[in-house]
Amino acid sequence: MGDLMGLINLEHEQDFLEELTYFRCGAAAPFAGRYRLVDFTLSNMVNSGVSEVAIFTNSKYRSLMDHLGTGADWELARRHGGLFILPPDWNDPTDVSRGDLKHFHNNRDYFHRSKASHVVISGSQFISNAHYKKAFKLHLEREADVTCITTEVDTLEPEHMSQLRIEHDNDGWVTGFTNDHENKHVFTNAYIIKKEVLLKLLDECIAYHKDHFFLGGVKENLDSLAVQYINSEGCSIFINSIKSFYKHNMNLLQPDNYRSLFFKNEFIRTKISNEPPAKYRESSKVTTSMLANGCVIDGEVSGSILFRGVKVHKGTKVKNSIVMQRCIIEEGVHLENVILDKDVRITAGQTFIGSKDKPFVVAKRQTI
Amino acid sequence: MKKECVAMLLAGGEGKRLGLLTKTLAKPAVHFGGKYRIIDFTLSNCSNSSVHTVGVLTQYSPMLLNKHIGIGKPWDLDRQEDGVSILSPYTAKKGGSWYKGTADAIYQNIHYIDQYDPEYILVISGDHIYQMDYAKLIEHHKEKQSDATISVIEVPWKEASRFGILNTLDNLEIYEFDEKPETPKNNLASMGIYVFNWKALRQYLMEDANLTDSDHDFGKDIIPAMLNDGLRMYAYQFEGYWKDVGTIQSYWEAHMDLLEEDLSLSLNSKEWRTYSHDTNYPPQFIGEYAIIENSLINSGCWINGKVTNSILFERIDVGANSSINESIIHPEVRINSNCLIKKAIIMEGVEIPEGTIIDGEKYDEPLVINSENIVDFQKEGVER
Repeated sequence: MGDLMGLINLEHEQDFLEELTYFRCGAAAPFAGRYRLVDFTLSNMVNSGVSEVAIFTNSKYRSLMDHLGTGADWELARRHGGLFILPPDWNDPTDVSRGDLKHFHNNRDYFHRSKASHVVISGSQFISNAHYKKAFKLHLEREADVTCITTEVDTLEPEHMSQLRIEHDNDGWVTGFTNDHENKHVFTNAYIIKKEVLLKLLDECIAYHKDHFFLGGVKENLDSLAVQYINSEGCSIFINSIKSFYKHNMNLLQPDNYRSLFFKNEFIRTKISNEPPAKYRESSKVTTSMLANGCVIDGEVSGSILFRGVKVHKGTKVKNSIVMQRCIIEEGVHLENVILDKDVRITAGQTFIGSKDKPFVVAKRQTI
Repeated sequence: MKKECVAMLLAGGEGKRLGLLTKTLAKPAVHFGGKYRIIDFTLSNCSNSSVHTVGVLTQYSPMLLNKHIGIGKPWDLDRQEDGVSILSPYTAKKGGSWYKGTADAIYQNIHYIDQYDPEYILVISGDHIYQMDYAKLIEHHKEKQSDATISVIEVPWKEASRFGILNTLDNLEIYEFDEKPETPKNNLASMGIYVFNWKALRQYLMEDANLTDSDHDFGKDIIPAMLNDGLRMYAYQFEGYWKDVGTIQSYWEAHMDLLEEDLSLSLNSKEWRTYSHDTNYPPQFIGEYAIIENSLINSGCWINGKVTNSILFERIDVGANSSINESIIHPEVRINSNCLIKKAIIMEGVEIPEGTIIDGEKYDEPLVINSENIVDFQKEGVER
């Protein structure tokens, strides 16, 4: 699989998680107790044998860079290849490119320097634990220019509505990309593309002032390109709003969902930490919850997800909530349907109750 | 390059009294505290004390220990000029031999120490649980203008006869060393942690190596010889938690201590972190009917039963209606439903069949269960 290079394109994913993306890009939003959204795409790439991955990031990338570091925790701190975090750096004075094409254009070196002849491109909003090996095999076998990774959903949820759907023939060739609201065959925004096709489309898109590589390059040229599709296996989650973020966190508390995201394939990698095991004290009462290391629990926790280093004091109840890193919840607090971003302190005796459709969200580092 | 102090970490011992726990690995590599291995405490102390030149002497079953230490990354000991070095027995032009004792292990690595031309040598061992600032010990050594400083801890008088006791003057100058005295004159026990002036120690190691009737041991040979010659030797009194986990009973007790809230040893301390490797297991999953009290639980665990006063390492399944009390469960253990486990240590990778009862309270010391002796525990149905 040395023939495949990776690209995580975050240009079109901005500020989709309200308070959670005030200070960070969506890819860096914490998810499922110890991860960030980007971990899933990045791990899937690495677990597929991809050893060089670039990330196009547009803004609010401090937290993303802090999380990814040298890439060592994803085995991407390499002498050759490895991880390339590419923030905006517009170095060409004659540049007329727009949208994500600006990233492609100003980082052509990344594609030229690699020996790989195919590129797997994805965003960070599609969460799965499946590798791209099968898709790449199919891509090569069918001699496709582009192979789109798709998923067929049983019921269309709000988070699917903004995604492109595909139409295809019986031979697996994609015949159309639509936004047809009845279509349940959803494109995951992940695809494999021949590098030479990518570079050709790139020039074309820039020449015609396009501002979206996939829409302007692949979708508009569908007639002249050979585009295959393959369905992603296992858990397939889209997160593009607070509502879908909350819902899919909570869904992981059903054992089957937890298993299929974390134990079906290889492990999802994330930044290695140094927290001790979680401590459950004498008066703790924890049920149907996911807890990361470093938590110290004195109170009652049910139906909730607690990230690393959360402290829940005595006489406090946390229900159906997501509590991120290092939050402190003091005595006698009652939280229900709440999302607390990192480093929030809830002072003693307070009650906050959100609704399932609209959880009460508290932005980072506040004391309330 | 010159370094003021080089640490030599003794990690070659077999730890015979730990029985099954050290059957295939060295004592410093034995799992501890839900996430760590015993040696992590000493290596973290080095890192936190800014002692960055650490030679680790390994000998008995070193594979896992060597792998664990690696290049020292978890402890920030992966450094360009010094950092951690694993020193195993070797052969050279003049032959070679196993390390014959703690002093011999260091004697055989004099060339390692000499390359840093240090003033002081810190001798520590990889089988104690404690959090200690070695910088303070070295400072004390300098202040007293000592040739050798031994770290001591106050032990209850009635237990003093189990330890090596140091008899000191009021200013902590040592005048006598009593190994396991029947009638102790003092209750300051040696912790097996020493600081020496390298010039002096080097001399004594060379002389000791030539003695045929020596055990080549610090406690038995080097320290008494130095005392005999009237070197300046001082005790350094350590205040805090310290435990030698040399037996199954003390290994278990140290874990129960870890669950105490008001202990000076804390895994959650941000001032004195304990470092180890971490893995990519997902967060622990606590089921609908789980009951967990006073316990430590690591990533990847799946709890559906009752866990009280216990320590669970990573990736452990606890089935429905199973109950675990006062036990230590090593990684990747699967406990099926309707099991009762009390005062036991379950070793890595064991699967406990449904309905198994393991009750360590019926025995003198906690039970150690591995994949072989698990068959001795008959299915009995759970008594509640």
